Amino acid sequence: MMHRRNTAGERVTINIDGKNVEAVVGESVAAAVLAAGAGATRTTPVSGAPRAPYCMMGVCFECLMDIDGIPNRQACMVSVTPGMKIKRQAGARTVGGAS
Amino acid sequence: MPAPGAPRTFDVAVIGGGMIGPAVSLGLLERGLRVCILDEGDDVLRVARGNFGLIWFQGKGFGMPRYVEWTRRSAMLYADFAAELKDSTGVDIGHARPGGLELLLGEDELAHRQHYLGQIYQQGGGANYEVEFIDRKQVADMLPNVTLGEDVIGASYSPLDGHVNPLFLLRAMHTRFQQAGGTYLPHHRVSGVRKDGDAYTLDTEGGSVSAPKVVIAAGHGLKTLGPPLGLDIPIRPQRGHIMVTERAQPMLPMPISAFRQTVEGSIMLGVSAEEAGYDDTIDTATLHTIAARAKRTMPQLGNLNIVRTWAALRVLTPDKCPVYAESDSHPGIFGIASHSGVTLAAANAKVTAGWIAGDPPPPEFEAFTVERFHDAPA
Ligand SMILES: Cc1cc2nc3c(=O)[nH]c(=O)nc-3n(C[C@H](O)[C@H](O)[C@H](O)COP(=O)(O)OP(=O)(O)OC[C@H]3O[C@@H](n4cnc5c(N)ncnc54)[C@H](O)[C@@H]3O)c2cc1C
Ligand code: FES
Repeated sequence: MMHRRNTAGERVTINIDGKNVEAVVGESVAAAVLAAGAGATRTTPVSGAPRAPYCMMGVCFECLMDIDGIPNRQACMVSVTPGMKIKRQAGARTVGGAS
Repeated sequence: MPAPGAPRTFDVAVIGGGMIGPAVSLGLLERGLRVCILDEGDDVLRVARGNFGLIWFQGKGFGMPRYVEWTRRSAMLYADFAAELKDSTGVDIGHARPGGLELLLGEDELAHRQHYLGQIYQQGGGANYEVEFIDRKQVADMLPNVTLGEDVIGASYSPLDGHVNPLFLLRAMHTRFQQAGGTYLPHHRVSGVRKDGDAYTLDTEGGSVSAPKVVIAAGHGLKTLGPPLGLDIPIRPQRGHIMVTERAQPMLPMPISAFRQTVEGSIMLGVSAEEAGYDDTIDTATLHTIAARAKRTMPQLGNLNIVRTWAALRVLTPDKCPVYAESDSHPGIFGIASHSGVTLAAANAKVTAGWIAGDPPPPEFEAFTVERFHDAPA
C-alpha cells in the first residue's frame, strides 16, 4: 500500500471502477490510483499479465488505463480533475465505433 | 588444414542476409551443400527489417504471367514452410492465409482495379485466376467488426492472400540456417568478387571467402556488385512508409492490402510509394496521407494512437517483376532481385535453391531475365 507523503492540498473526488475516492489536486491519475490501493491497473494485451504504474514519468507505458472513456491513456501523465472516471483495462483496448 | 590467411571455402557463398539470401540458403543446406551467408552490420539498408509482412497474390504480375505463377507457387508452399520453421526453431512466424481484400473507394478506383486485374487475367492468369470482385455488402459480411467508410463500394478479393510477422520470419530463417550447419558472417560486406581458378573469391572487410557458386541476394547492394559480374540489373529504391497503431482487440480477420492487424493486436497502416533516392527518412506529409486514407476506409481507426512509424526502400526493377539470372560472363554467379521477398520466401527456399544447386530452372524463370531490360523492343 502506498501513502501520500504530503497530504496537504485541495481535494477532488474521482471515480475508480465505479468507486468514488478522494484525490489531491495536482497529482496524476497514477498517483491517485496507487494511493487508493487499486493494485494492478491493467492486464497486458497478449499474455494477460497484470501491470501497474512503474516509472511514473511517461516512458514505460505500464500505466495505461481508460480515463473518461478513452482507453490506453498513460495514467502517470494525466492530472486528476473533479468527477474523472477511471477504469482498469483488461487486455487490448477496443477500437470503438466510428470516430 | 587451410593455410593461415587462406580464404574459407564453401560450396555456395550467398551475399546478403535479408529476405532472399537466408530463404535460398535454407534450401541449399537441405541439399547437403556447405553454405555461408555474407552480410553487413546493423545500420544498413535492409528491407527485410522494414516491410509490411504480406504474402500477397492479387495484382502481382501485370505484364508478366510467369510472375503470377511464381507468386501463386510461393503462396501455396507457405503453410509447409512456416510449419517447418516452427518445428525446427520454435519460432512461430504467424503465417495465416485467410484471404485478402483490397478495398475500393468510389467508382473510379473500382474501374481502375477492374481494368488492371482484367489485364492480368487476360494475359494468362487464365480461367483459374484466383481473384474476384465483391460488393460493399459482401465486404461488410467478411468484416463484421468494421464500420466501413461511406466511400467503400467494394473490393477485390483473393483467397490466396495472407500474411506473416516478417521479423519473426527473418529470425526463424537465421536460426534455422545456423542450426542446420550454415555459416553466418555478419560484418562481411563484400567489396568485390574475383575469378580464382575454378572458384570465386569474395573479398570482404572481415576476410576472404571462396566458393564455386555465388548468389547475390544483396538487395540494394546488387546495384554495385552486379555490373562487373555480368549482372547489370537496373534496380532503384522506392520509399514506402508504414505506421503502427497501439494494440487493439481483433478487428481485421484478414489483411486488407495496406491495412493488416497482427496477432498481437497492432494495426499496421501502409503503404506509400515515393521516388526519394536512398533517403529512408520519414516524411510527415506522407504519413498524413496514409492516416487520412485509413480513416476514410475505416473511420473507427481514427480512435487509435499511432505508436511507431518508419520508412524503408523497396528494391524495384523497371517492370516491378523479379530477376533470377545466372551471369553469362561469370557462370556460377547468380543474381536475384525482387520486390515481395517476403511473399516469395517459400518458393525461394523450396524451388530457387534447387536451381542454384544445379537443377533445371523452374519454368517461371524464363521470364525473369536481365536481358529484358537491355534488349531493344522488337
Ligand atoms: C515499405 C515496404 C513494404 C514492403 N512490404 C512487403 C510485403 O508486404 N510483402 C512482401 O512480400 N514484400 C514486401 N516488401 C519487400 C521486401 O521486404 C523485399 O522484397 C525483400 O526484403 C528483399 O529482400 P532482399 O534480400 O533482396 O533485400 P534485403 O532484405 O534488403 O537484404 C539485403 C541484404 O544484403 C546485405 N548486403 C547488401 N550489400 C552487401 C554486400 N556488398 N555484402 C554483404 N552483404 C550485403 C544487406 O546488409 C542486407 O542484409 C516491402 C518493402 C518495403 C520497402
Ligand atoms: S508509469 Fe511509466 S509511463 Fe506511466
